[in-house]
Amino acid sequence: MSDIADRVKKIVVEHLGVDEDKVVEAASFIDDLGADSLDTVELVMAFEEEFGIEIPDDAAETIQTVGDAVNFIKGAV
Amino acid sequence: MFDLSGKNALVTGASGGIGGAIAEALHQAGATVALSGTREAPLRELADKLGERAHVVPANLSDAEAVTGLPKTAAEAMGSVDILVNNAGITRDNLFMRMSDEEWAQVLEVNLTSVFRLSRAVLRGMMKARWGRIVNITSVVGTTGNPGQGNYAAAKAGLVGMSKSLAYEVASRGITVNCVAPGFIETAMTDKLNDEQKGKILTQIPAGAMGTPNDIAAAVAYLSSREAGYVTGATLHVNGGMAMV
Repeated sequence: MSDIADRVKKIVVEHLGVDEDKVVEAASFIDDLGADSLDTVELVMAFEEEFGIEIPDDAAETIQTVGDAVNFIKGAV
Repeated sequence: MFDLSGKNALVTGASGGIGGAIAEALHQAGATVALSGTREAPLRELADKLGERAHVVPANLSDAEAVTGLPKTAAEAMGSVDILVNNAGITRDNLFMRMSDEEWAQVLEVNLTSVFRLSRAVLRGMMKARWGRIVNITSVVGTTGNPGQGNYAAAKAGLVGMSKSLAYEVASRGITVNCVAPGFIETAMTDKLNDEQKGKILTQIPAGAMGTPNDIAAAVAYLSSREAGYVTGATLHVNGGMAMV
């Protein structure tokens, strides 16, 4: 995995307290990783900070899976 | 009473009687305070009186841009906003049938919408810190209604519903959202009443006296404390028994 994917994975593992193996690209934050809607807001905040980017609300809504997050961040940094 | 050392509090309407007493109580408990209000001179005076750990951050809450900027200014001055006390409020009393759209809109804008905007802005830091206190000052008239105050009562009742909804959302993050509802409190506003008017009011208050700004400040200090961490979505009525709800 790329550096960005590793960093995203680390944040997700830390924030949601899930096993690293479960944090695969296709994993949905809510359906597979047990996040609630507020967790997803916090994850977006954490991504913004880690990568020094701004994720607008309408873009944040499209980030449903780990892969979505990695792809968005790749395009933004 | 409670130890708020290391906590940073933003108090709006700190140039008024109640807001000033709230700021003083939080400061006395050890908090660093940012004093907000429209008039800078009384804020500066209060800050000088408090000495260290007091910052002046003037803002006109009827100006959306100023509202957006206020939490940032306060966080820059103090390092963070851990406690937000939404105390600022205005009245534009009028009989319902004579009330203008402007009187309605102004009161809703300052007393309700600005609280929404300020609370939204401070949540990010509180979520990260896993700790926060939002205390909204409402009024007994938000519960009982009051002739001539349709706009004010609507805004104050609106704050209660807003506070409860937000309390649900952030309770798991160590953030509490509560209201303090004052009854009749001795301030510059109630000083204008004549003896007859005061006497009439007092007959409705079982405690037999008007409250003081310190009565409100003590309630805010409690809800801002670590000890009140399990209290959220509540309205603490401080009214001498005038309305037992």
